[in-house]
Amino acid sequence: MNVVDERIRFALLPVNAVLVAGATSLFVGALLSDVAYFRSYQIQWNNFSSWLLAGGLLVAALAVLWSIVELFRSRWRAWPAWVYFVLLLATWALGFVDALVHARDAWATMPAGLVFSVIVVVLAGVSLAFAWSGLHRGVAP
Amino acid sequence: MNFLNASAVAGLAVLLAACGGGHAPPEQFGANPMLPAQQRGLLPSMNVAKPTPWGDRLPTVPQGYTVKAIATGLLIPRQTLVLPNGDILVAEGRGGNAPKLKPKDIVAGYIKAKGTSSVEGGNRLSLLRDADGDGTYETKTVFAAGLDAPYGLALVGDALYVADQDALLKFHYTTGQVHADGQPVKITDLPSRINHHWTKALACSADGRYLYVGIGSNSNITERGMTAEVDRAMIWQVDAQTGMHRPYATGLRNPTALAIQPGTGALWAVVNERDEIGPDLVPDYLTAVREGGFYGWPWSYWGQHVDTRAQPQDPEKVASAIVPDYSLGSHVAALGVAFSSPAMGARFADGVFVGEHGSWNRAHPVGYKVVFVPFRGGRPAGNPIDFVTGFRGDDGLTRGRPVGVTVDPRGALIVADDLSNTIWRVTPNAPSGSMPPPAASAGAPGL
Repeated sequence: MNVVDERIRFALLPVNAVLVAGATSLFVGALLSDVAYFRSYQIQWNNFSSWLLAGGLLVAALAVLWSIVELFRSRWRAWPAWVYFVLLLATWALGFVDALVHARDAWATMPAGLVFSVIVVVLAGVSLAFAWSGLHRGVAP
Repeated sequence: MNFLNASAVAGLAVLLAACGGGHAPPEQFGANPMLPAQQRGLLPSMNVAKPTPWGDRLPTVPQGYTVKAIATGLLIPRQTLVLPNGDILVAEGRGGNAPKLKPKDIVAGYIKAKGTSSVEGGNRLSLLRDADGDGTYETKTVFAAGLDAPYGLALVGDALYVADQDALLKFHYTTGQVHADGQPVKITDLPSRINHHWTKALACSADGRYLYVGIGSNSNITERGMTAEVDRAMIWQVDAQTGMHRPYATGLRNPTALAIQPGTGALWAVVNERDEIGPDLVPDYLTAVREGGFYGWPWSYWGQHVDTRAQPQDPEKVASAIVPDYSLGSHVAALGVAFSSPAMGARFADGVFVGEHGSWNRAHPVGYKVVFVPFRGGRPAGNPIDFVTGFRGDDGLTRGRPVGVTVDPRGALIVADDLSNTIWRVTPNAPSGSMPPPAASAGAPGL
């Protein structure tokens, strides 16, 4: 194996996919909890949402950082890395707004919290699809 | 839109563009306060006290009055009681064991703790004595220790009642005592699960038969769930003999201090209202408490103003909600109330003193003082008058935060300050000759 092959092998490590998949599952959990609270008024679902969002933001932040590394590695030229970075950043930013909405007391989180959670899940899902397709194509997203 | 002003999250404020919330408080006093529309941005307005020592400074009192620190170094003094011989009992402690439910609770708890004393609560009663009547309380003893966040105090004959955060206790008291005889007797348990609002205010009916206990809600606005609110946000009437209780009035979010009106025997309360729907909502209030009355929390405030944060809603309860008597202003955090007496001087003879701990949920701080609400014909009449100020200086630093206020029938206002851990005593300089003698001075030495 020559040096170039080694580089490609490194790029194929699915760190991004793992991070984004982790964040997405937590955001999905938050959305499901929001739906449960919306339907039941049971406050514990609201607490679950808050923590799931916090966890999702933590993991998503790592994904954002990693995507910055990918940008460097692509020498700022590869458009997929840019698209991926912007997607992740948007996911994180809206997720953060969602977390602030969830910091309101009781029903003040609704319906805005539910709406934001839907948007965040969609964005996270698209990011995940992007990362996954990159892996399948054999290039770093 | 209204965001925050807390340094800990200032970066977020920039990100989220702050606007509004920094204006001076509107006139929001009396029976018909202006109530703006509800508002809540992404971050609540916060402006937490920055504590600093008093140094050479003193609180500011009206001309003709003197203020003096009569005890310092206490362990979170909250409420005081003037005993018949002039001794002062001080309840010291800090309660509450509410778990942090959301990431928000961790952040908010950290920020709010910056504005309070870092001293560990004493869980005790201290007794202050001025044996020679010169205004210096030269003796300080621990009257009782091992209590659990004592707050409300009341004396009926030889029964000294103390409201811990979890139980109503009775000590046997003999005039002149500096230490309790022994362990207190438990009159009744008090609701103590979670204890988001832990202070148990206490007052005793004029005939000594009933005790009234103020029990705060277990949340700001039901964010800990409705099941946590059983037996909360109400005033209990407790039979002093049997310990049996019933709800006397409900829907009072946090009745932090109770007082019996001289003459009428009516029960009055100061109540802290809800946060996070704007700098000018909801006014804390002073009210005569109607037996069986419902005062709105959590479904509505100031009568029929619906708060949709409490779900499911209850239109029937909202319809039955009583409008309180007198707005003290939003977020002032009234924690003490005491009826005055002619011994306090003609200007402040008829009315109540209210200790205002001061705001956090407001960019422009309010409270941080003791005000006097003048009464006429047994009802509040006119705007509050500043009585003790200077707790929060123009320099933005906070030196003290008033809690309990007590009128000494000999002519003094006792103010507990739980930030500098001080007891302040405010006295008229020269008792005026035209003033009637204090009615309740029997048994007080030096008169």
